[in-house]
Amino acid sequence: MFTGDEISAELCDLGVTHLVWLPDSALGAWEAALASCPSFDLVRICREGEAWAVAAGLFLGGARPLVLIQCTGLFDSGDSLRNAVHDFGLPLFAIIGYRNYLNPAAVDSAKTYTEPTLAAWQIPWRLIDSRDKLHLLRSHYSACCQAGEPGAVLIAEGRM
Amino acid sequence: MTQRMPLADSLHVLKSLREDADVVVATMGAAREWMKLGMHRLDFIYAPSAMGEAPLVGLGIALAQPWRRVFVCNGDGCLLMNLGCLVSITAAAPVNYTLLLFDNAVYEVTGGQATAADARVRRGGAVDYCNIARGCGFETVHDFSQLEVWQTHARRVLCERGPRFIRLAVEPVPGGEVPRSPGPPPARARDFAAALALPQPPTSPHSG
Repeated sequence: MFTGDEISAELCDLGVTHLVWLPDSALGAWEAALASCPSFDLVRICREGEAWAVAAGLFLGGARPLVLIQCTGLFDSGDSLRNAVHDFGLPLFAIIGYRNYLNPAAVDSAKTYTEPTLAAWQIPWRLIDSRDKLHLLRSHYSACCQAGEPGAVLIAEGRM
Repeated sequence: MTQRMPLADSLHVLKSLREDADVVVATMGAAREWMKLGMHRLDFIYAPSAMGEAPLVGLGIALAQPWRRVFVCNGDGCLLMNLGCLVSITAAAPVNYTLLLFDNAVYEVTGGQATAADARVRRGGAVDYCNIARGCGFETVHDFSQLEVWQTHARRVLCERGPRFIRLAVEPVPGGEVPRSPGPPPARARDFAAALALPQPPTSPHSG
């Protein structure tokens, strides 16, 4: 839906200092642009639970991290998210790839559980399911930062 | 029989070498015993925890503040929860980062059950964490099972190039409980972040 350059430009404008990521097949296409962006460092992790913990440490250290993972990784990383966001109260923000959202023929259950999972973890989110909604990343990120609250945007994946 | 040192004594060595600008992240049994040695404003007691994630919290701090030394006191059960963290750490490769593995071969706070890495419950002997760390890309790896040797060499190894991996074979603490948060976690996080934000004189991450 978006190019890596488009996302890099947004994150640069938002003042993100570190992007903690584990790619999926859609987000992975952004790698070259994300890795070469001089405005932030790309931190590569091995499993999505690590992302929240690294972002927690970065935030405590005064950086402005952002987590970039797929929704399946969100499912896997719940305990780490819970600890960082709800035990320690850290207002972390994530971009989450919404697997198969745009693919009506998909048979896996990722679509079914993504939004209920965010609701269960009390993470306010916005859905970006078309190119003209990219502005929601900026507006939601800014609102969450201002309020000192966690947040996420879901970026729909699949055929358009 | 594997030689092991008392956990509290092994931590006291780190305490004696800790500089004022250093960060110490501690979890599980190491956190419980570390608190007994006296708290510092740049201690981050990772309790309550997401087990396995303490090394990553420390990694984030080390990346955000590369001028500080960051020491992470982790347990072997915790490391087994997330061996991939070793790869994430060496991918980022912060020179100011040290992971200390306090290896007692058991899940101490749940009553002392053997981990799957313990020689007593597996063929072929105990898992070799130092070889794993080397395989994951740590260039500085040390293994200590005698307190006197750790005391003698600690200052030197903590000055070697990071990221560093140091395994300390320690005795389980009988009846060792889950560490209690020394205050409301959100308030502690705010205080810790505020302490990290205070201006500090620049120090070399290699300095001892």
